[in-house]
Amino acid sequence: MNSSGLLSSAEAVTINVAAFAFTMAIFGVYVAALGHNPVDVYYVLYLGSFARQISIESTLTNAAPLMLTALCTAIPARAGLLVIGGEGALVVGGVATVLAGVALGDAPFLPGVAMMCLAGALAGGTWIGLVGALRQYRGVNETISSLLLNYIAIALMYHLITGPIRDWERVLKTSSWSIPESLRVGEMEFIGVHWGLAAGVSVCLILYVIMRRTTFGFGVDILGGNPRAAQMAGLPINRMVILCCFIGGAMAGIGGAFEVMAVHGFASESLAVGFGYAGILVAFLSRQNPAAIIVLAILLGGITASGGLLQRRFDLPDATTQVLQGLLFMVVLASNAAYGRLSVFQPASWRTA
Amino acid sequence: MDAGDISWWSVLIAVIGGAIRVSTPYLFVSLGETLTEKSGRVNLGLEGVLVVGAMSGYATAVLTGEPWLGVLVAGLAGAALSLVHALVCSLPRVNDIAVGISLFIFGTGLAFFLGKPFINPSAPRLPDIDFAWWSSSPQVQSALKINILFIAGFILALFMAWALKTTRWGLMLRTVGDSEEAAKALGYNILRVRMLGTVAGGFLAGVGGSYLSLYFPGTWNEGLSSGQGLMAVALVIFARWDPVRCFYASLLFGGATALGPALQTVGITTNYYLYGAAPYFLTLAVLIYSSSPQKALEGAPGEVSINR
Repeated sequence: MNSSGLLSSAEAVTINVAAFAFTMAIFGVYVAALGHNPVDVYYVLYLGSFARQISIESTLTNAAPLMLTALCTAIPARAGLLVIGGEGALVVGGVATVLAGVALGDAPFLPGVAMMCLAGALAGGTWIGLVGALRQYRGVNETISSLLLNYIAIALMYHLITGPIRDWERVLKTSSWSIPESLRVGEMEFIGVHWGLAAGVSVCLILYVIMRRTTFGFGVDILGGNPRAAQMAGLPINRMVILCCFIGGAMAGIGGAFEVMAVHGFASESLAVGFGYAGILVAFLSRQNPAAIIVLAILLGGITASGGLLQRRFDLPDATTQVLQGLLFMVVLASNAAYGRLSVFQPASWRTA
Repeated sequence: MDAGDISWWSVLIAVIGGAIRVSTPYLFVSLGETLTEKSGRVNLGLEGVLVVGAMSGYATAVLTGEPWLGVLVAGLAGAALSLVHALVCSLPRVNDIAVGISLFIFGTGLAFFLGKPFINPSAPRLPDIDFAWWSSSPQVQSALKINILFIAGFILALFMAWALKTTRWGLMLRTVGDSEEAAKALGYNILRVRMLGTVAGGFLAGVGGSYLSLYFPGTWNEGLSSGQGLMAVALVIFARWDPVRCFYASLLFGGATALGPALQTVGITTNYYLYGAAPYFLTLAVLIYSSSPQKALEGAPGEVSINR
């Protein structure tokens, strides 16, 4: 990384840390207004997310799907599209994984898991690829269409799990058939977190390299920065946009695959618990940079993980973490106005000073 | 007339009645979004505003026993939340669509958080007017019980269409939304006009939310809104930013939403969730039909980023 890249990274880190601190201050005022000591609330947020082995494991388990759904917003964003369909892509990916798992039956473990990941990726990728195609060929706004597809995906899942693929023997919870036990993915050897985390970290790193070091990534950045320049340069714009959407959707679909293979074992309402929406926040916090997504997904995973403890200790509703996330999102967006304003990060100001 | 015919008639009546009952939130949110978009900004957070309106209206009605006070408070809460959107969007280099998404997450979170104690108590409902004195059929009677907010929304749509077209305020709003250059040349304060457009839009969306909790379905819980605020944003595109067309489009969407429950009343319960997704499919179909890759849409405000 050259020095100007380093400088802009430092600027981003500084502004993000300031935004995070500001959000925490507002949140402190909010909980204080409700009669809680903010310092105690911060401490419990820390306890529930990073203080102990078990809370770190819970944080990382939450971070895994967040990394993958964040990519669903970040990769299309590099091409200039604001896609927010990660929730739907995760759900269709999860349902496709169940279907693949049931169809595979007693397949050997590794090929079986690979096929299930592929099924999830294809389903999620097609789902968001459709958003890109509608945008390029019909001019349909991608933000609205992807959000509508979230609702459609969830309705389709409910349709399937209450009828065609329902497991009628599970009475306590409405769910789909289960995938075979032999195809369940377990935890990693060294830490109590499932393999979805390793998958999330790997694809983030791979996509970082692709977006930074390949001709394709360079072309996408031109397209995202200036569509007209991309057109003049003769880049295949339609194909690039749809491919970016497909990649993003495929990653969220893999997120759904791991939720099924490693966490639930079947598709149910537990797939649609907001990982897709929190993923949008992660993507914006990381400024659509796949490598930064790893770190920020862990931070957001921590906030989600501490929700239960906040509820037990202070009797705060479970929506507390959602309030905090929404607040953080808003402050981070507002902090965009600060880029280029802090003279420390502008080399030109050093000489005059 | 055999039994089959009767049941299809009752489905039709239930869909029409449902359209009238369900369309009011769509109408208010889409009128609010029309105001906001006419000023040149998109507020995708009206879904969050709708839910906050539903919660605050319900809570006010529970605490004071006055449903109309609840409607007012819902509108004010919606205006306050939209003010946040307006202020953040006034900063340079801030994407209004992304701010809308954050408002969507923040608003629903806030409503669920503050509304937790109000899930159980029941609030007084808004009154309705009976337009079915001529009929003895109970189905027709239940279909034609019309809430005052629906009628108010219809009048508001007519008024807005008139005001946007003929008043100075309407011209100012449209100029700011169509061309910043022209607005600057005329000496309008662009940020202030947009702020007013967004806040007024938020007020209407908040009122739409109070209809959900105080009339139909008339309760407060976390599953109250299922994306109506969001669909209303798409509905505005379909209605070509025309308040009167917003009214027709709201009825159409209300009818689509009412389809599943209407079929259930005559005993068709299979594919319930698929019929439930009808409004989303309809919205998407309408967007695909009415968008064009070549040019901005007819009637679209020039500064709105949603039809690039």
